[in-house]
Amino acid sequence: MRFWLVQSLNGLALGGLLFLLSSGFSLIFGLMRVANLTHGAYFMLGAYVGLSVLNAGYGFWVAVAAGAAAIALLGGVLERVLLRKLSGRTLSQVLVTLGIAFIISDASLLVWSGDPMPLPMPPSLTGAVAIFGGYFPRYRLAVVGISLLVAVLLWLLLERTRVGAMIRAGVDDMEMARALGIPVPRLFTAVFCLGAALAGMGGVLGGPILSVYPGLDMDMLPLALIVLILGGAGSLPGALLGSFFIGFLYTFGQALLPDLAYVILFLPMVAAIALRPKGLFARAA
Amino acid sequence: MPMRAALILLAALALASGPGSAAGKDPVRVGFLTVNSGALAAGGRQMHEGLTLYLKQHGNKLAGRDIEVITLDTAGQPATTRTRTQEAVERYNVHVIIGPLAAFEALAINDYVRQAKVPVISPSAAAEDLTQRNPNPWFVRAVGSSAQFNQPFGEYAAKTLKYKRIATIGDDFAFGHETTAGFQRTFEDNGGKVVQKLWSPLNVADYGSYIAQIKPDVDAVYASFAGANGLRFLRQYAEYGLKGKVPVLGNMTTVDEGILKNMGDEAVGVVSSGWYSAAIDNPDNRKFVEAVRAAYGADPGYYTAGAYTAAMFLDLALQKVKGKVEDKEAFMKALRSVHVENGFRGPIRIDEYGNPVLNVYIRKVERKDGRLQNTVIQTVPDVSQFWKYQPKEFLAQPVYSRDFPPAKHLEP
Amino acid sequence: MRRALPAAAAIALLLSPLLLPSEFYVNIAAQVLIAAIFALSLNLLVGYGGLISLGHAAYLGTAAYLTIGLVTRAGFGQLPAALCAVGLATAMAAVFGLLALRATGLGFLMITLALGQILWGLAYRWVALTGGDNGLSGFTRPAPLGLALTSPRAFYLFVVAVFACAFVLLALLARSPFGAGLRGVRDQPRRMQALGWNTWLIRYAAFVIAGFWGAVAGVLFAYYNQFISPHVLGLTSSAEVLLMVIAGGAGTLLGPLAGAAVVVLLKNVASAYVTRWVMLLGIVFVAIVVFMPEGLVPGLSRLRRRRRAAGAA
Repeated sequence: MRFWLVQSLNGLALGGLLFLLSSGFSLIFGLMRVANLTHGAYFMLGAYVGLSVLNAGYGFWVAVAAGAAAIALLGGVLERVLLRKLSGRTLSQVLVTLGIAFIISDASLLVWSGDPMPLPMPPSLTGAVAIFGGYFPRYRLAVVGISLLVAVLLWLLLERTRVGAMIRAGVDDMEMARALGIPVPRLFTAVFCLGAALAGMGGVLGGPILSVYPGLDMDMLPLALIVLILGGAGSLPGALLGSFFIGFLYTFGQALLPDLAYVILFLPMVAAIALRPKGLFARAA
Repeated sequence: MPMRAALILLAALALASGPGSAAGKDPVRVGFLTVNSGALAAGGRQMHEGLTLYLKQHGNKLAGRDIEVITLDTAGQPATTRTRTQEAVERYNVHVIIGPLAAFEALAINDYVRQAKVPVISPSAAAEDLTQRNPNPWFVRAVGSSAQFNQPFGEYAAKTLKYKRIATIGDDFAFGHETTAGFQRTFEDNGGKVVQKLWSPLNVADYGSYIAQIKPDVDAVYASFAGANGLRFLRQYAEYGLKGKVPVLGNMTTVDEGILKNMGDEAVGVVSSGWYSAAIDNPDNRKFVEAVRAAYGADPGYYTAGAYTAAMFLDLALQKVKGKVEDKEAFMKALRSVHVENGFRGPIRIDEYGNPVLNVYIRKVERKDGRLQNTVIQTVPDVSQFWKYQPKEFLAQPVYSRDFPPAKHLEP
Repeated sequence: MRRALPAAAAIALLLSPLLLPSEFYVNIAAQVLIAAIFALSLNLLVGYGGLISLGHAAYLGTAAYLTIGLVTRAGFGQLPAALCAVGLATAMAAVFGLLALRATGLGFLMITLALGQILWGLAYRWVALTGGDNGLSGFTRPAPLGLALTSPRAFYLFVVAVFACAFVLLALLARSPFGAGLRGVRDQPRRMQALGWNTWLIRYAAFVIAGFWGAVAGVLFAYYNQFISPHVLGLTSSAEVLLMVIAGGAGTLLGPLAGAAVVVLLKNVASAYVTRWVMLLGIVFVAIVVFMPEGLVPGLSRLRRRRRAAGAA
């Protein structure tokens, strides 16, 4: 009984982390159809920025905000300068986003050295809570809560604001949206900044659990891709459900079938895509 | 057009053909294989620091000859390692290679090194078979093999710490398998039982689900992690409230000085075994640690000490052949017969397979002067890669792996 | 006669590394050509077919593992092992194609990625078969028709021969009605379907042929390194060859060769002079996108045409 409970909580926590990682990715791909393969690097760089802010003596939530802001700025600049001219050209997008990922990754090695570094947790969230005879880290419960909060805020943004309506219109039908006078270029930059901010924030929030080290970017990118494809691009409920599904699948999968640990995510994915190519949780076309 | 391209190409390649041999007394050229990018970069940097420090301390001259180090980045990939090794031998005409970092890199160049007959001093790669069932006459190891420094530990855990039931968890790759196997074998030979064996993928996102599986009623957990994973595991272990309850026994790299400096209370009390500790209390080591702290601001660990030892071996062998490194056979013989009476790691000598016989230190993480260190609590002298077993019997058995020795006492 | 001169020049260019004094550069040239064959195979899928795959290393890796494993562990002869390797890897492509082509675009990318990762995981974990992350070694190169391939120059000649075959055959394929059909399906799938083409079958055929040539590159890779480990099946491997194709110029014949040269030379040669070669590689990629978005080869020929036009004006 305790096993199932603790692993369920683990699954939730991992799912929350994945949502923070991939919500931005899904948003960017959903609206702009840009496969932003730099996303893992944004996540890692956000964590590094957060680490530096924390080492400078500021509080954890300041670091989160700083991580989000820094990556939002970087993402906005890159979108404006490099990606804007590449709409529709998938191959160029792949090349340039991976090229930028290489640059960010190597530059991070230069600046922060290659030593793996944990991010300190906010003092109010350290320690474990006693749950049904076992212990569960408080911070992970907080991550679940934060990811749900972010999901709600994003939902409010998309469903209840004008900007959100414009974004949804763009996702549904770009041509029509443009014809209706929606300022598509500016909208794109805004969405890209938002997506990048989510990645940067996710990096700092994930830092106390994952730590930050060279290679974090390439470890996280496939996970973001998996959530994207399972949840359907541009669908917020899809990204949320997809994240938690992956969290549970991974946690229980490697506990119950340890021999399949390396392929536990990919086997179901092949099955899922082969059966429902548009995504498990995508909205009906 | 193709004609012009061909000419330009030829000219460019000719210009880049690398240095020819200089007139007069050549320096000894050392090919240094390391990793400068990705997750292994930290270890690569520490190896570079260890090597550079030794050379600097000796004025860049060993046995009266200048030393020229050619640093080659292997990118942590076997194919690239092989290419850089070929480059070292064919383009730079190196006399000796120090490196590579990872076991799979060493295995990738094993055959080539044998063909090309170039001496290799390994400062880090711990793969067992390199000096056991697949020994290479041109290879000498400056550090212990994976199981070598864990076999004494299994006995220690059973006889001194009096543990009876242990769960193991480790990185699911050869180094994790071999280290755990060494520990398990001697632990069970001395009356202990390994009741659970968990393996986590090398780049797993999160250890939470593994920690939750560890049986709560074991006497201790043996954790074999490399790179950043030791740091992440111990942190999460503490977060799940297990720290005070079930003690952790570590592999040398789980609490290596390279990552210990970034750890906190979660590491205090972890007992581990290794062929080095920055806290070894002899004058040579104290000087070494001071020098490393002054130059690089951190304590030396696995990689720094390994590379420093490799440089020391180079020095001793060069002295024995009076600097005549060109006589490859004699130089290799000198390398294989290196004997350190008393150095910063204690006495070291090389066995007939090219592996060192050395002291193994049982260490415990303690806080001293505001920083964490691996205090030495016991020294096991004169440990060979075969421990107390007969080499012939040892080699007749399969190499240590995930499934050997078989875990006969696992509980569901 | 008009074709003979450029062909002769191309052959001379290909053979020129044999004149180099240092064997190291001959080895680099061999690596470039092996990577070029690999990139050419992916180019069929990505460039001509418009299907972006992030799992192409599966075919190279499987063929390489089979080549080395069958000879060192199962006692096969060299030629049977090579034939088995290419045959089985191509058969695997035939099966994977059935799965992967159920989706297009991102779905296709993800399935190929997943299949590649599954193979990587298998290679890592199935230690009895693959040696795990220690890999398989102890492989000696074959001696086809009695000619030993141990010396770098002899091996390079062999690689040139295989490369020339691959290049000519793939060029013929690209210029054939099949190639035209493939490009049509890439650009206007619905129109092609309306015209009566079986779009799925064309894509599938391209997938299998790409797998075949990837396997050929894998056999050469095994011969060159005489060692195999799971790294070759990893995501980095698949991403690298994809980058080669795009950087060189997807959908062109010389593009893959250019892309392969850039990546191999940067990784192996530039890294001797530039410690931060990873960053340099990234900068080169970004520069290519900015200045020559279609790739190096189309970009350079565009420059040449512009200079000629300016010269003529």
